[in-house]
Amino acid sequence: MTRREFFARVGGGVVVILVPDELSAQESGRGMNQRMPEQVSAWLHIAEDGSVTVYTGKVEMGQNARSSLTQAAAEELHAPVASIRLIMGDTALTPFDMGTSGSGTTPNMWPQIRKAAAAAREMLIDLASQKWAVDRATITVADGKVRAGNRSAGFGDLTHGEKLARAIPVGLALTPADQWKVAGKPIEKVNGRAIVTGAHAYAYDIQRPGMLYAKVLYPPSFGARLAALDSAAAEAIPGVKVVRQKISGQREAGADLVAALAPDPASAEKALAALHAEWAPAAGQPSSKDVFAYLKRTAQSAASPHLDLAPYTIAYIAHVPLEPRGAVAEWSADGKLMVWTGSQRPFGVRSELAAEFGIPEESVHVIVPDTGSGYGGKHQGDAAVEAAVLAKAAGKPVKRNWTRTEELTWAYFRPGGLVEAGGKVNPDGTLAAWEFHNYNSGPSALQTPYRVAEKYEQYHRTQSPLRQGSYRALAATANHFVRESVMDDLAHGASIDPLEFRFKNLDNQRLRDVLTAAAERFGWKNRKRAPGRGFGLAAGTEKGSYIATCAEIAVDGGAVKVVRVVEAFECGAIVNPEHLANQVEGAVAMGIGGALFEHVDFADGKILSNRLGRYRVPRFADMPVIESVLLDRKDLPSAGAGETPIVGVAPAIANAIFDATGQRIRSLPLVPNGLPALSAARAPA
Amino acid sequence: MARITELEVNGTRRHLDADSDRTLLSVLRDDLSLTGVKYGCGEGQCAACTVLVDGAPAKSCLTKVGTVAGKRIVTIEGLAPAETLHPVQEAFLEADAMQCGWCTPGMILGAVALLASSPNPTDAEIATGLNGHICRCGTYPRIVRAIRLAAKRAAKKGVHA
Ligand code: FES
Ligand code: FES
Repeated sequence: MTRREFFARVGGGVVVILVPDELSAQESGRGMNQRMPEQVSAWLHIAEDGSVTVYTGKVEMGQNARSSLTQAAAEELHAPVASIRLIMGDTALTPFDMGTSGSGTTPNMWPQIRKAAAAAREMLIDLASQKWAVDRATITVADGKVRAGNRSAGFGDLTHGEKLARAIPVGLALTPADQWKVAGKPIEKVNGRAIVTGAHAYAYDIQRPGMLYAKVLYPPSFGARLAALDSAAAEAIPGVKVVRQKISGQREAGADLVAALAPDPASAEKALAALHAEWAPAAGQPSSKDVFAYLKRTAQSAASPHLDLAPYTIAYIAHVPLEPRGAVAEWSADGKLMVWTGSQRPFGVRSELAAEFGIPEESVHVIVPDTGSGYGGKHQGDAAVEAAVLAKAAGKPVKRNWTRTEELTWAYFRPGGLVEAGGKVNPDGTLAAWEFHNYNSGPSALQTPYRVAEKYEQYHRTQSPLRQGSYRALAATANHFVRESVMDDLAHGASIDPLEFRFKNLDNQRLRDVLTAAAERFGWKNRKRAPGRGFGLAAGTEKGSYIATCAEIAVDGGAVKVVRVVEAFECGAIVNPEHLANQVEGAVAMGIGGALFEHVDFADGKILSNRLGRYRVPRFADMPVIESVLLDRKDLPSAGAGETPIVGVAPAIANAIFDATGQRIRSLPLVPNGLPALSAARAPA
Repeated sequence: MARITELEVNGTRRHLDADSDRTLLSVLRDDLSLTGVKYGCGEGQCAACTVLVDGAPAKSCLTKVGTVAGKRIVTIEGLAPAETLHPVQEAFLEADAMQCGWCTPGMILGAVALLASSPNPTDAEIATGLNGHICRCGTYPRIVRAIRLAAKRAAKKGVHA
């Protein structure tokens, strides 16, 4: 959107601050109303009534970006949190954004909104100084008011009648973290009230006048092709329309989109059940039991090991966002498309839709209401494309909500992986050599943070039998699980305490600090050994943040229960301690699922774990006592926190199981059916 | 087929026309636009769809609408009078007991029912009582905290949360 279009939309008498990207920031100098760069990353608008609106293409999915970005604006604008509104993830209103992922909102968008707000504040001071003919230095901004001597004005009074735009001056000073008044403090979740009252409408909840409900016919297995379709019985149901369309873009379920549409969901469902389809199955579909051999076999690069390596396996797992994918699509008479959907990439979905219909991106408007979570699982516009194709065919708005079974079958998964890793230790306990090969999980956090002279580390691309994609922390979970398990083995082999062994081989001070903090809070040094109890720890770093996790587990028969987890986390200056603690605790809770039992079960091209009754996720009863220790480095820029806190959970638990039983489990999940061999339990050392 | 033409929801009589074997979940969401009632699985596994029927928690995805005719149904939208919050809603906000919020309406109604039968639950009782509820964001410890907070306040005031 250009500046002109933006003004046209928000109306006159406004101050608009644009944040150019680094490049255009260098081109644009100081001063008001100079030529605006077209490429901007956030807008900040002060209306005539003084209300402040910030526009960003980021989305809110539970990670509390809406709150932290509101705090960023409030901090620098010196205005109350309640006076600031955020418009997020709307392709017609917000500037382009690549997507909300990779823990990118805090390191990237957060400082930009602070800069925008700081520039707006300076601009208000300029306006007051002109209007009152007073020196800038005598003007203060606080609580949403501009004051000089006994004069005072609201933001709207100063901008009244003006139409101003300004780019961020280069070198604009931001408030240092140790002087923050709003940022760095807990605030009530912005929009939290709408959530606890049920007032917030998620994409799944959107209703439009005249809307039809769509139920889609999916193949019985991956790769199966529609051979014949008899829709007579379905179409005989009053109000029902059966649509058969070709999808031109990539679609996991194949190009044939067949759906039953009806003004009420019950008729659509009945019609779907009444469709008679014949399918031609695809041969040679994979099964979970031979998947790791398959990954190794299809590797695009070979490993010639230098050391003795142990194989580790990591199962495919599902995101299970509690709000499944869903979309409502509506076409206007002039061929414009409007779509509401839950996605981490509103602009990516817009591109998908524009490509599907061969229309310009400007003709597509994607709105992402605050979403029922993503965890990396909502990057694509699957539901949006289906809804839009069906709406076009029906000539009416169409609601296409995925069921849980569709979500567990046709969405993408966290990649499964095979890792082969090993190391050698010098007599003095330092690492002598290190080798690490990851097949398919991915390269995130593949490199060891430990000091070692001789190392071989490689990520091997393979074919994936299942559709796979990003997941909270990507491959950092798999790579930390294996690395920290191997480190534990090496420590035991060298008869050195696991904590001491890590310190011996670690230069990175930030990582040492979280290890120290976690071990202290946990009481690592004084841990009480007892039969059936185990203690483990793990540490690591990813995306500019640092994590150390200590776990205590109890083994009872074949059952493993995580009793206590202490997690120390450091991500620079803390933006909101309460919401950060919430993210850390939530990552631990989610991580317990992937560590202990979550896995996608599939055979002959069918997902068997296709219902929540067959795909176990963590519940209240699985929760340990979770303690987070947050290290606040006010001297360092803030990094994101939605992902890294998950990476230490699985290895800490695996190491605790080893501590309790002497069993080294080299697969995730660790104990989907309880401990493999009870007899191996050993007495504590 | 038998039809339902009237339901008592959130203290009001609502008129509708639905097959009595449809799920209460769909009728509330699709016919009555009470979308605070959430779908999470449709098979009784997540309790996101929890509503109160005559004060008791019910998974609306497993409840046929024909079975609740004449009963008092409360959804999250009707838990507290307009513009006010129920003490449990307040406690959830205060304890920051949510992330994405999809589980929250069902969780709050489940908590209200739990506190009605057990006004001062231990952590273990809360965990057992609400174990049918899934929070994929993993805010369980905060939910426990929120419920204890609501219970403590209610005890102070001498009322039920
Ligand atoms: S939707 Fe009813 S229990 Fe999950
Ligand atoms: S807050 Fe996201 S599922 Fe509970």
